[in-house]
Amino acid sequence: MADTIARRRPPAHVKYVEWAIEGLVRLCGVSAIVFILAIFVFIGKEGLVFLAEHVGGMLTSTDWGPTNEPAMYGILALVAGTLWCVGLSLILSVPMGLAAAVYLAEFAPEGRREFLKIVVELLAAIPSVVWGFIGVMILNPLLQWMGAPVGLNGLNGAIVLALMTLPLLVSLGEDSLRAVPESYRQAAIAMGATKWEMVWRVLLPAARRGLLVAVLLGVGRCVGETMAVLMVTGHSVRIPDGLYSPVRTLTATIAAELGEAVRGGEHYQALFALGILLFFVTFLVNLAADTVVRERKLQ
Amino acid sequence: MDAHLSIEKLTIRYGERAVVRDLTLAAPRNQILGIVGPAGSGKSSLLTCLNRTLELQAGASATGTVKLSGENVEAIDTAELRRRVAMVLPLPVGLPMSVYDNVALAPRLAGVRRIELDEIVERCLTQAALWDEVKDRLDMLGTRLSGGQQQRLTLARALSTDPEVLCLDEFSIAIDPVTTMRIEAVLCELKARMTIVMVTNLLAQARRIADVTAFMLNGELVEAGPTGQLFVFARDRRTSDYLAGKFG
Repeated sequence: MADTIARRRPPAHVKYVEWAIEGLVRLCGVSAIVFILAIFVFIGKEGLVFLAEHVGGMLTSTDWGPTNEPAMYGILALVAGTLWCVGLSLILSVPMGLAAAVYLAEFAPEGRREFLKIVVELLAAIPSVVWGFIGVMILNPLLQWMGAPVGLNGLNGAIVLALMTLPLLVSLGEDSLRAVPESYRQAAIAMGATKWEMVWRVLLPAARRGLLVAVLLGVGRCVGETMAVLMVTGHSVRIPDGLYSPVRTLTATIAAELGEAVRGGEHYQALFALGILLFFVTFLVNLAADTVVRERKLQ
Repeated sequence: MDAHLSIEKLTIRYGERAVVRDLTLAAPRNQILGIVGPAGSGKSSLLTCLNRTLELQAGASATGTVKLSGENVEAIDTAELRRRVAMVLPLPVGLPMSVYDNVALAPRLAGVRRIELDEIVERCLTQAALWDEVKDRLDMLGTRLSGGQQQRLTLARALSTDPEVLCLDEFSIAIDPVTTMRIEAVLCELKARMTIVMVTNLLAQARRIADVTAFMLNGELVEAGPTGQLFVFARDRRTSDYLAGKFG
């Protein structure tokens, strides 16, 4: 009678296995933090000193000419180029992406939704250099045909960025719309709302935090994108002054110039300072998204 | 008897399976029609035919007619029909917007002007016995209310279109007895203004407030009659057994 299952002792090695697994899991968790800190230290080491010395000049000038004599490190044009591309691309991608998400979540028949979701996710798997290629080969002549003096410009970059963020917006947007309880839909329909009124007045407000997170992650993606914008924006340092104005972004500058900068030199450090700035911006965007998610959980 | 809502030879199918068969029943004007029966007897499906939400379900179909004041509901625009035949579903639903907007939503959709909204919101919340509890916090999220309050909010929302028929599908399964009694009292007052169809699992509830009670079993209407009469002198053996609690 004494040997009921509840009274049995597990074999001794169970304890050690338990201990080893716990240690391993802890190590993985800690290492993620260590890596992040290492990135901070690595970028900070190269860029912070430069940033401290030149921050005034960087933020007040639009002239970026690190190889000029004397070297110029104004980043305003680069920041403007980045914001220009990101802003334009959001204007294009947010309405389209959310509309597509609404269509997939609420209007598409089951079979078509499954098919379209696969297609959209496939779109997300296209490497950014291929998008750059599309920008150069297709959008470039198209924009020239539409009247742009140069096909490789900010608008081209914005369109490419929009196409790249669309899958993210559609996929996350659809998820957050489908997460709205069925009872909200039933309640709205039972009050005599048409399907569109139901979507507009009930579903979108109910899902707005999830949609906002999708948009913020899209912003993060746009800000950090490098290869495609390097290929299609025209790479010209200037404050954009028209729809077809060529621009240059922060990321493209780093990618294009790091190879030719003297290691450890001032130019090299300036590029790392740009990296710090980018890091800071994406960090803020992610933090914003995170805050929104947290607030949603609290509700 | 003046039938406000009449159901004639209604059969509802989900695919091949008939869940309601050849059902004929009338809801008398300005009375409470209670529909009782064990789970799976087709009560809720029957309600979905009254505001034509059945047709939103894939694979569902219905034959027969439902008439609202003599007018076939098939001939009424669905949005209008659903404003005239309001529905309260079993689980309380506070929509994620303010208490005020919860109630004002349907009138807004129907094109009611802004200056009339305040009065409508107050009237509906008062009718639903919720006004005193929320009048100072109308801008609070509807989802923050307690379960019982949310169900009264749901009721207020259903009343916001001035419906002529109010359908309730087991409105009390998720709320406390005190709120249940309050809503029952509200329904007894409301029937002076509208016809009420109340599906319920609680026999005592039907006995308390229904003027007419119908008993459904396996998709068929077994018997319907004035509540007092049905509970005491049921003609059908199955009705008396069910009402006596011998199965269910």
